[in-house]
Amino acid sequence: MKKRKFGLVLSLALAAGTILGACGNNDDKEEGTATEGEKESAFSVAMVTDVGGVDDKSFNQSAWEGIKAFGADNGLDQGKGGYDYLQSKSDADYATNLNKLAREDFSLIFGIGFKLKADVETISKQQTDVHFGIIDDVVEQPNVVSVLFKEQEAAFLAGVAAAKTTKTNHIGFIGGMESPVIERFEAGFLAGIQAVNPDIKVDVHYTGAFDKADLGKATAAQMYSSGADVIFHAAGGTGNGLFTEAKDLKKKDPAREIWAIGVDSDQSAEGIVEIDGKEHNVIITSAMKGVSHAVQDISKKSMDGNFPGGETIVYGLAEDGVSLAPINDEVTTKADIETAVKEWTEKIKNGDITVPGTIDELANFKAE
Amino acid sequence: MSSRMKNIIVPVLAVLLGIIVGTIIMLVTGYDAGAAFIALWDGAFGDIYYTGETIRQITPYILAGLAVGFAFKTGLFNIGVEGQLLVGWLAAVWVGVAFELPKVIHLPLAVLAAAVAGALWAFIPGLLKAKFRVHEVIVTIMMNYVALHVVNHVIRTVLSNKSDRTADIYASASLRSPFLEGLTDYSRLHWGIIVALICVIIMWFILEKTSRGYELKAVGFNQHASEYAGMNVKSNIILSMVISGAFAGLAGAMEGLGTFGYQSISGGFTGVGFDGIAVALLGGNTPIGIVLAAILFGSLKVGALNMPLEAGVPNELVDIIIALIVFFVAASYMIRIFIDRIGKKGAK
Repeated sequence: MKKRKFGLVLSLALAAGTILGACGNNDDKEEGTATEGEKESAFSVAMVTDVGGVDDKSFNQSAWEGIKAFGADNGLDQGKGGYDYLQSKSDADYATNLNKLAREDFSLIFGIGFKLKADVETISKQQTDVHFGIIDDVVEQPNVVSVLFKEQEAAFLAGVAAAKTTKTNHIGFIGGMESPVIERFEAGFLAGIQAVNPDIKVDVHYTGAFDKADLGKATAAQMYSSGADVIFHAAGGTGNGLFTEAKDLKKKDPAREIWAIGVDSDQSAEGIVEIDGKEHNVIITSAMKGVSHAVQDISKKSMDGNFPGGETIVYGLAEDGVSLAPINDEVTTKADIETAVKEWTEKIKNGDITVPGTIDELANFKAE
Repeated sequence: MSSRMKNIIVPVLAVLLGIIVGTIIMLVTGYDAGAAFIALWDGAFGDIYYTGETIRQITPYILAGLAVGFAFKTGLFNIGVEGQLLVGWLAAVWVGVAFELPKVIHLPLAVLAAAVAGALWAFIPGLLKAKFRVHEVIVTIMMNYVALHVVNHVIRTVLSNKSDRTADIYASASLRSPFLEGLTDYSRLHWGIIVALICVIIMWFILEKTSRGYELKAVGFNQHASEYAGMNVKSNIILSMVISGAFAGLAGAMEGLGTFGYQSISGGFTGVGFDGIAVALLGGNTPIGIVLAAILFGSLKVGALNMPLEAGVPNELVDIIIALIVFFVAASYMIRIFIDRIGKKGAK
């Protein structure tokens, strides 16, 4: 009796297997012809996010917006043979996602973030006829273009804005995971503050994660309560907690000066808070990193047949790769900030000063 | 209907129900469910590369499932698999980067180090449970966080110079092989699957063929009765946690020596340890059941990555389906009652 039923289950499983298997086979054939047809259409581009996801309101999102804009400009459709993205849910997914896109014959594939470096390196050696781009790290392969940013220059300007805004002479910095990229933000920000007023006290805290808004909120709460009135974050999704905390405090006490500074893209939309029917915004400005600009720039070059393979391209203020978002109208010292920012921007572009990119360089930094 | 039959039917029904409800959710939200499932299948088995990746994903799932299942047999709920996996991963990579030895010594040493590290990490909650009756669920959850941050710190300060990842392990400690890569078109498939399958046999052997295994199970069924029968409950609890932790540590070795070949700082958990709970639950804590459940979950996870590109369906939907399957297994009481009713009607 038992045996017979077990046999039944087994045969059912086998039957299911064959049916599903058949589905798979059919589909393969259809797909084969479809991709062959599409191969003739020229250029397609895709990206793989890190674990932050494509809607992180920051780095990945900015890259995806760049690809979307590129697609729209060149009449591409989302999907195979056009432009698309794949999200990674764990570190193990990077390789699978990159490989999948390479196998679907995308011409150019971006790995967004330094966490994808190892996998881009391995796969670029295996898939030598596909072009890759890596953001925020360097992979020295003939079919890979490496994209770096001078985050410190945008962060420097954010530091100037913060120093000109603070009333308590106390500023906070929330970092994500410690890495060379975030260190550039930190060093630049601290240098900017120092350039305006070396006596300002700065709290620096790393939350250890890019995707934990709750940690960001707790850190911000601690910093604001200890007297800081401006906080800058370079922590991806974790930074969303900073904005929530700033808005909550503003709601409780609309008279209090509470400010935050965004990162990567213009995050001003995240800072809107309505109090008694009046709209306030707690975000002074954002240190923008032109991932979107860089992704479009390289896609365009690649489409025109000028893929800068093997090169490392550094985008700074001078290359329009990084910048500072427009200053919030609610900041009383807006005009003052704008003149200062303009002044420093010129100095950086001319090469009169070099913004420190590491904490070690910061120690030797002098504003004049 | 025999209870053994029910033990097989319940998980199968849970999977089917999970898929059906998942399909309904897809239809309601306006996605093409048929295309989604075809993409899922293709993403897991449509190409030899994907099959390789699927087996790669199944490997740590089997070991994590064994870890949870083994502790469960002794009535312990080891939620700390994630933490034990992380320390195992660290130990394996540490051995992998610190020495340069012939492969016959280096690879077993690295694998063994992972098992020992995981076992030690699980020994602490086991000891606390046995000596002071501190609930293992609380301790293991907390130990997960301790493991995460300790591992991050060691990677940052000891195994690298403030970098976010360790160096690559020496080839002599790697589970990967050019043969498997060639076979599966550059997938990251590695020999770890053999280690996992050996562990499945070990678990079966310990539980079914040794008197120690009989004691472990007896403690799981009824601690007081076991004590009355002259068994040492405390040492059995500790032993169970240690073996469970060793399996979890091995799961970490699979990631460290096979999939990645290094370890990087991470802001959160890998999820493999927690998925292991679901694997063990669906597999009914039996060795064979765990293998089947790991195959299912591994295929779902890897296949899901194909869904956005090929069918335009967000891969989060697979997480929903997995959650539903776990829900239906957990609610197996419902299914059992239902089966009983049908059975009775048939008898009339």
